[in-house]
Amino acid sequence: MNLFTALHRIRDEQDPSIAFDFSCRSAVCGSCGMLVNGKPRLACRTLTRDLPALIQLMPMPVFRLIRDLSVDTGVWFRGMNGRIESWLHEARPFDPTAPEERMDQATAEKVYDADRCIECGLCVAGCATAAMRPGFLGAAGLNRIGRFVLDPRDTRSAADFSVLSTGEGVFGCLGLLGCHDYCPKDLPLRERFAYLRRSLAWNLLGLGGRKR
Amino acid sequence: MTVDTRETDVLVIGGGLAGERCAVEAASRGRRVLVVSLVPPRRSHSCGAQGGMQAALGQVAKGYGDSPDIHFADTVRGADWGCDQDIVRRFVDLAPVAVRQMAAWGVPWNRVVPGRRTLPSGESVEERPEFAGLIAARDFGGTAKWRACHTADGTGHALLYALDGQVLRLGLEVLDRTEAVALIHDGGRCHGAVVRDLRTGALTACTARATVIATGGYGRLYGASTNAMINDGTGMVIALDTGVVALGNMEAVQFHPTALAPQNILITEGCRGDGGHLLDRSLHRFMPDYEPARAELASRDVVARRMTQHLRAGHGVEAPGGAHLWLDVRHLGRAHLETALREVTGICRTIAGLDPVTALIPVWPAQHYSMGGVRTDPDGRVPGLAGLYAAGEAACWDLHGFNRLGGNSLAETLVMGGITGSAVAADLEAPAAPPPAELAASCVGVQEDRIRRFASGTEGSECVHDLRRAMEGILLEHAGVFRTGAGLREAVDALADLAGRAARLGPRGGRTSAAGGADPETSAALRLPGQLRLAATIAAGALAREESRGSHFREDFPRRDDARWLVRTLATWEPGAQGPSLSYEPVRVTELPPGDRGYGEGSAGGVKRG
Repeated sequence: MNLFTALHRIRDEQDPSIAFDFSCRSAVCGSCGMLVNGKPRLACRTLTRDLPALIQLMPMPVFRLIRDLSVDTGVWFRGMNGRIESWLHEARPFDPTAPEERMDQATAEKVYDADRCIECGLCVAGCATAAMRPGFLGAAGLNRIGRFVLDPRDTRSAADFSVLSTGEGVFGCLGLLGCHDYCPKDLPLRERFAYLRRSLAWNLLGLGGRKR
Repeated sequence: MTVDTRETDVLVIGGGLAGERCAVEAASRGRRVLVVSLVPPRRSHSCGAQGGMQAALGQVAKGYGDSPDIHFADTVRGADWGCDQDIVRRFVDLAPVAVRQMAAWGVPWNRVVPGRRTLPSGESVEERPEFAGLIAARDFGGTAKWRACHTADGTGHALLYALDGQVLRLGLEVLDRTEAVALIHDGGRCHGAVVRDLRTGALTACTARATVIATGGYGRLYGASTNAMINDGTGMVIALDTGVVALGNMEAVQFHPTALAPQNILITEGCRGDGGHLLDRSLHRFMPDYEPARAELASRDVVARRMTQHLRAGHGVEAPGGAHLWLDVRHLGRAHLETALREVTGICRTIAGLDPVTALIPVWPAQHYSMGGVRTDPDGRVPGLAGLYAAGEAACWDLHGFNRLGGNSLAETLVMGGITGSAVAADLEAPAAPPPAELAASCVGVQEDRIRRFASGTEGSECVHDLRRAMEGILLEHAGVFRTGAGLREAVDALADLAGRAARLGPRGGRTSAAGGADPETSAALRLPGQLRLAATIAAGALAREESRGSHFREDFPRRDDARWLVRTLATWEPGAQGPSLSYEPVRVTELPPGDRGYGEGSAGGVKRG
């Protein structure tokens, strides 16, 4: 049994008022993050058989609490995505009559690898900096910046994200890397941060890597 | 009475792909848009779409020579001629533009790698250098060409995040954790919706000159569905509850052949498109016996039926959750499974606890998609109520007829979302009178009264959870892959009985709501009566339709009957009535007259296993 099933049984059979968030059941929607015996986990992919008999569930920290296990991750992520302008900054307007811009498959895979983040918030809930510094972008925000820097169709380079070089960006990270361990999609977050620091250094030192 | 009120030009109900595409189109044409969504938009069920989006680009070897004409014929055959062909024509011509628009908005589509390669079937193909780096495609069921454009097997996620980026860019306001519980209308014009904040339970009247229903499907009405927990069908319910708007073809319900057993989680058709096989308990690959022409890649209705037939014949693998079949992708190899099918591989490993590189995947058919929905005109307008529109799975446009092809739903959300958004923007050019002053307040009052009566516990003590489980079981048993007149009659009666009991819902154990109006039991209690009406339209439509077409298979009427039933079912529900009123309208046949699908029980090419 996974925690998704267990919590629904509790709600159906014992306490119909208990609040928690679930949607897809398959770790793609990112709704069901919570602390399971102290660790941020997605309840849909956490099996009770892998846990001790006593399972303690708590709402994720950092995010605004709604009630019981329900926290407002959506509002947090909308704010973060707005700050980093989380949309493709394209070089030219779309021409519906033209074929698409070419991209090699290896690049497409690299971009998708960063795009796969489901914004569940486990990385933020497991981050010491995020707990102490309200404006910190978190691993999810840094990864999202990485996604646009990696994408040759986006005009922005690392240095164009002004927040990146501040304490709310990649230099706010204390290097504890709970994010890397807790990410349910196994995103290579540690490597992503290194890539961003390196890109930023090259950009700022004028050594290259600028898209324009 | 004073009520909390919001006013906008366009109210979009639903923050998935169809709703957001519509919102972006209307907003980029200068309209003020407000989106309400049950969940943050990026958590919408669109993100669960895996395998691909159909568009005739013809840029991969197995897709060379593809064209909108071939996409058209595949779609009409897939629909078993139950669709509107003028809609199909419009759709297939625009799908390639939609794919490229999403590329321009950042979707990292898989790309063509030039050179020779050997497919899992043993066939050798050469990808031509002139297409290198253009958008690639994979095979899907019921198609003559490889046409499903994809981002590994996370296509819905990639599309939704790119599109939601455009919503952010335009600065559109989105109210998440908000549910539309009723339309505000005067019988002739829709003026918006009463929405409920699921954080606090507060009701707001959102008045709008245009209201768009883009709430997706109703999969959770069924006891076994690949749909997300939020797919409660309430968007269709609020349309039906107006009494003046019709739902089209509600008996057309798609079952996906490969839901993970017993969790009912989607395992993409891309697994079979990329070369996976279905095996039975003897590890025999049985689909070629039934479907020599297309085997595992016949249309979904046919594969789901053949699997169910094979299970009924005792060829399933016995398991505690029920008998299932196997999906075998081992021969595709680790490298392929960990790239092109990485999301499904992850689901198998983390949720089923098996590794598809070395193990078979247990699968069975489960409810997946609603071809039926709010009947619209070709531009997404809903006949019967001016100012109301619908798009995507919630709508019956009618692209899919009685069976949707895999990959046509993602394409539909974007194509139809765009068309509807531009129709909304154009319609708003005409001046319109504001809604009557008391209308919004009285609509809110009706909902407040429902909430108060449930919370007071004076209506009765029926448990919403028990009734809901009963409904799910009835639909699954009687309105499933195979249907009979007797079973459907039983379903209609049992649902009517549940509707009577649903008038007497009360909080469990007589407790009064601890969390105000926002607790989940109150939300479920508000939804259930409408869901029972929706379930009844499905069962009644299926009982009346005495033929078999696409996903609607009547064992007592196993043939398609074009003389009587080449028509679309329209269901309306008079307020206070005990059941739906059914009427029929002709299906437009413009290019391809009814004929042989090329697969399935009715096909000359199909043979029956002895």
